[in-house]
Amino acid sequence: MRFVDEFRDADKAKALLAEIGTVAAKAADRMGRPANIMEVCGGHTHSIFRYGIGDLLPKSIELVHGPGCPVCVLPMGRVDDCVAIAEQPGVIFATFGDAMRVPGSKKSLLQAKAEGSDIRMVYSPLDALALARANPDREVVFFGLGFETTMPSTAMTVLQAAADGTKNFSLICNHITIIPTMKAILDDPGLQLDGFLGPGHVTMVIGLEPYEFIGATYNKPVVIAGFEPLDVLQSVWMVMQQLSQGRAVIENQYGRIVPKGGNPVARDAITRVFELRDFFEWRGLGSIEHSGVKMRAAYAQFDAERRFSVPDVKVADPEACQCGDVLKGIIKPRQCRVFGTACTPETPLGALMVSSEGACAAYYQYGPRAGDEPEKANAA
Amino acid sequence: MCLGIPGQIVAITDASRGLATVDVAGVKREISVAFVRNADEAVEQLIGAWVLVHVGFAMSRIDEDEAAETLKILSELGEVAQETEAMRASGRA
Amino acid sequence: MSLSGDKSAPTTRRKRDAIHLQRVTLAHGGGGKAMRDLVDDVFVSVFDNPDLAPLEDQARFALSALATHGDRLAFTSDSFVVDPLEFPGGDIGKLAICGTVNDLAVGGAKPLYLSCSVIIEEGTELALLRRVAASMARTAAEAGVKVVTGDTKVVTRGACDKLFINTAGIGVIRTGLDLGCHRAEPGDLVIVNGLLGDHGAAILGARGDLALSSPIESDCAPLNGLIDGLIAACPETKFLRDATRGGVATVVNEIAEASQVGIELIDDATPIREEVRGFCEILGLDPLYLANEGRIVAVVPAAAGERALAALKSHRYGQGAVVIGQVTRGPPGRVTMQTRFGGKRVVDMLIGEQLPRIC
Repeated sequence: MRFVDEFRDADKAKALLAEIGTVAAKAADRMGRPANIMEVCGGHTHSIFRYGIGDLLPKSIELVHGPGCPVCVLPMGRVDDCVAIAEQPGVIFATFGDAMRVPGSKKSLLQAKAEGSDIRMVYSPLDALALARANPDREVVFFGLGFETTMPSTAMTVLQAAADGTKNFSLICNHITIIPTMKAILDDPGLQLDGFLGPGHVTMVIGLEPYEFIGATYNKPVVIAGFEPLDVLQSVWMVMQQLSQGRAVIENQYGRIVPKGGNPVARDAITRVFELRDFFEWRGLGSIEHSGVKMRAAYAQFDAERRFSVPDVKVADPEACQCGDVLKGIIKPRQCRVFGTACTPETPLGALMVSSEGACAAYYQYGPRAGDEPEKANAA
Repeated sequence: MCLGIPGQIVAITDASRGLATVDVAGVKREISVAFVRNADEAVEQLIGAWVLVHVGFAMSRIDEDEAAETLKILSELGEVAQETEAMRASGRA
Repeated sequence: MSLSGDKSAPTTRRKRDAIHLQRVTLAHGGGGKAMRDLVDDVFVSVFDNPDLAPLEDQARFALSALATHGDRLAFTSDSFVVDPLEFPGGDIGKLAICGTVNDLAVGGAKPLYLSCSVIIEEGTELALLRRVAASMARTAAEAGVKVVTGDTKVVTRGACDKLFINTAGIGVIRTGLDLGCHRAEPGDLVIVNGLLGDHGAAILGARGDLALSSPIESDCAPLNGLIDGLIAACPETKFLRDATRGGVATVVNEIAEASQVGIELIDDATPIREEVRGFCEILGLDPLYLANEGRIVAVVPAAAGERALAALKSHRYGQGAVVIGQVTRGPPGRVTMQTRFGGKRVVDMLIGEQLPRIC
């Protein structure tokens, strides 16, 4: 596959790892301790585990798995709202497959489907709109979730529905924004991070400028990273270069996909349809200012939250969960008191065990287990 | 993240709605190219272009020069690593 | 050689009236003439064989004839539900024969007799039933098995999804052969007979709701001939299993668990078609967990590896045979994969069904 296989080349990886080793030694001299780098995006977490990258890096580099899995951070109360809508007669509830298993306080969408709700998995919001056209006597509600990468697509779908005069299509909007979330992590007093691998696909929409404050104010390097294993390695190398030289700026490893200015057409679609919420509740992280969007009043007729009555009840995370500490990089998944015992991918308690992109699920699925050789010393 | 995968635009299926067929390793799907078309060019100009596809939308046109540049840097790193290794080896000798 | 138990039974029956309706109605399940016509017209006519002809409530076999093939009976049953019923490379009928034939063959049995029970939703098109039955007959002929008994039920609309098929099968296990999931030992090789994930991708694609079009066809095939060749060339083969639901990843986990060994797969060695890779990249799926219907996982001693591969490759369903990994002393029950960078990851059992994802 073009633009994929070239970036999975083993020989280049070996060379890169040798270089990372050299730079990491320099950085370790300068810092006097191992470097903690957070990959913000769940896609990176997935690549790191899928290719076994963590074990290949020198011991002086610790990867910390961040909050960038929009499914994992979805609070139970929002899932309950979705279930409540899906259970209303006449509704076809369309969702990405990711959201099917996320536990609500009573049930997941998968369980609601088993109980008879008409819930369909779609690949694209456009497919949900097509469902609405094909079923004019039904109400089709699309579960919009994801970061800025996905936001333009749902926005464009709403714009299309408005242009077509489609009356039976609406969106339950759970889109979230990455920058306020990174800021919340940076402001945490327990912060243990030295640099970031930035989310490549979010950045192809929002551009590089929004990250500049991270270097300027917090003195942390950010490298916008692609998702193939060589992309991840090269980005780690670039972060380590900055750390070894005492620099902290925003750099772009993923130039083939991410233009400096992002995608203005996509941003325009977002702005037309959505506006910032004052606060959005995150599973594990709590309420974060301006970290989510809602639909503008002009598109109220496509807003499922206005068209349907939903419980809108805040449900606290299970007390035993330490998802927040894992998300902030304060503890590793296996250090959580319920990891692999009360909380497993089959019966997830916490957000991070829910999706295969979640740090805990990835650890559980791909990571070392009891009986394996000991893990690398934990830097956090 | 947001799962995104490179594909090549092979046909325009509905110019007015900005819909095109993308080919990913021989698998085809109709996607929207609304976010990657230039207002001043015919949508047919996109045929042959490589794009990053996410949830049925082309979100970015792949910059082939940038891709080549990244690979060049990686190759050069490989040469540096080889030289370093050679120097270490000769230093030990 | 007649296997019919009752020599006085007529070997042919009066041909019933052909059905001219377009769709199955509840009358076809009522036990009366309509049902007999349906059974005769759609099924008996294509499965025609002396053991089926008497249409007793059971097929009858002489034990002495069975015993010529080996010393143990193998008996298996499988139900087939697939959406859509017809897909590139096969249909529910072909699946229903291959699935049961393969379940017998991987136990080292020679598959001989199958049953065919169908549950039909009222309203199902007769033409579809005829195509499915013809496909079953064709596949049974290829596999050298006979459909000797069966049952037909018609249920009200909504009580089933168009057509469910159950096939049970009887085979005879060769004397002396003992294949077992618990027999893998460190050093043994893990072999597959071809490209992985084609069936799973073909079905997902054919369902249409993902609007993906691809040239991927199901690998659905009867593998008893292939397995005959393997066992003849490599009688020390330890274990065989068809990698259906849950894919190859699931089968190797079952082996590691049952034999209390580790298994290390080699990323670069797992054979996956370019289009299946593309399919999986788009939907965020792992091809190792996609279903196959014509692929087996074989465990053979390392010393027999070349012989096993050569035997598999000489058969039309084994041309892509390749070693995908090796049994290790590693933690018991643990399957790992050597990634192309020399990294390692765990390949676990699937929790539930793989769902397409966007993140």
